[in-house]
Amino acid sequence: MENKKILSEQEKQAWFARYNEGVHREGRIWTIVCLGFLLLIPFLMGMILGAMPDMNRFLRGFINVAIIYYPTSLVEYLIYVPMLGSGASYLSFITGNLSNLKIPCAINAREMAQARVGTPENEIISTLSVATSSLVTVVVLAVGVLLLVPLQGVLTNPMLTPAFDNVVPALFGALGFKYFLKGRKFAAIPLVLSSAVCILMPSMIRQTSVLLIIIGALTIGVSFVFYKKGALEE
Amino acid sequence: MEMMEVSLLDRLNAPAMYGIVALAIALVVAMCVYFMVKSWRAGVKVGMDKAVLKKAIISSATFTLLPAFSVLLGVVALSGSMGIPLPWLRLSVIGNLQYEVNVAQIAATGVGLSGLKITELTPEAFVTIALVMTAGILGGALLCLFTLKAYSKKLSGKPRAAGASKKTFGDWAMVAMFVGMCAAYIGSYVGQAAVESAFLPLATAAVAALAMAVCEFLERKRAMQWLENFDLAACMLIAMAACVLLGRAV
Repeated sequence: MENKKILSEQEKQAWFARYNEGVHREGRIWTIVCLGFLLLIPFLMGMILGAMPDMNRFLRGFINVAIIYYPTSLVEYLIYVPMLGSGASYLSFITGNLSNLKIPCAINAREMAQARVGTPENEIISTLSVATSSLVTVVVLAVGVLLLVPLQGVLTNPMLTPAFDNVVPALFGALGFKYFLKGRKFAAIPLVLSSAVCILMPSMIRQTSVLLIIIGALTIGVSFVFYKKGALEE
Repeated sequence: MEMMEVSLLDRLNAPAMYGIVALAIALVVAMCVYFMVKSWRAGVKVGMDKAVLKKAIISSATFTLLPAFSVLLGVVALSGSMGIPLPWLRLSVIGNLQYEVNVAQIAATGVGLSGLKITELTPEAFVTIALVMTAGILGGALLCLFTLKAYSKKLSGKPRAAGASKKTFGDWAMVAMFVGMCAAYIGSYVGQAAVESAFLPLATAAVAALAMAVCEFLERKRAMQWLENFDLAACMLIAMAACVLLGRAV
């Protein structure tokens, strides 16, 4: 049965320090196991499909992705870890959907429990919240996928091919509106510039991975100038 | 040609592919259950009220339902170009819709395709794209693995002041990076329309933007904040449906 003895503040801190040690040890083990298996999946799928990843092309693609997303991961990590605490951070960075789901969910639970950032209560509530949120997402998706399987014939209908070929324009149209609204004071500059580049140098139309690094860097530069001039104050 | 496309999608949706994905998801479920039990016991040990712990679980479960449905719509959106199992895995574990679509597109061009198109996809390109998608998102998890303990120690004993502070340049740099990313893609659609007379990508992006404008209006002016849970996935599906109609009309 549970030990009902109420711990003094000092005992609580000492016990919590030991608990945190365990969270880091076990969090690292789980992270290694999960990452190892996730990296293995493309190869396992390759065995079924009779094809293995082309490592030269992988490296080219990976560099293009890492240039953009590794710095983003670093910023997310620095911002989100203080909000989440250790246990929830190990879970969140493995289960994904951070900014759109795990962070608001953990903040909501923390506010409901009135736990302050940096306390054992916050660590515990955040971990419970992120674990629950991940499990619910898994269940919703599993049920949804089960329902999708009979629809495979419909989804693979050639009539729908243009829709799936244009999933990227659909994403960036919707996302673009959201972000152009947020950065409305400087958004026109990169938009006009990238359009002009693609019209004047048509080879860039198929080089979006290069274009987005150049335009992304330029937009950060433009926003810095606006920021320094105080033009971004709301 | 069409027979080959259907055949590859059928292979991507083979039962064995579902089996591999189910195993990976089961592993992550085990991790979640482990930490859930551990934190519950810790809560009881430090004297937290069980009712508060239960409330945190129930509120998190209900809070997640709507966004999880949006994530499911993301699986639907990707299923026609990558099959169901891979998007199911990526969106259940580690990924998010915005990242997956963008990285799949970058990876597709990196492996020599003109874009994320089932008509051009080969099994080798598919597994290479899957590997790029996996490796490209590991930044946060690797940072946890190597630096979380030290970073947490640094943070402890540094209580942060409550209340929001002014936006820093770091906040604006994140916005600027995404503005730049969207501008680069939309610029390429303008280029396709102007140079190649290929209007469908630009029209699809325009419909998605219009749908998002309506959502933003409803969220901000009509106090329908619950829409935020769905807006991105819903706007994408609306634009994709419009794309089918526009494609038939052109």
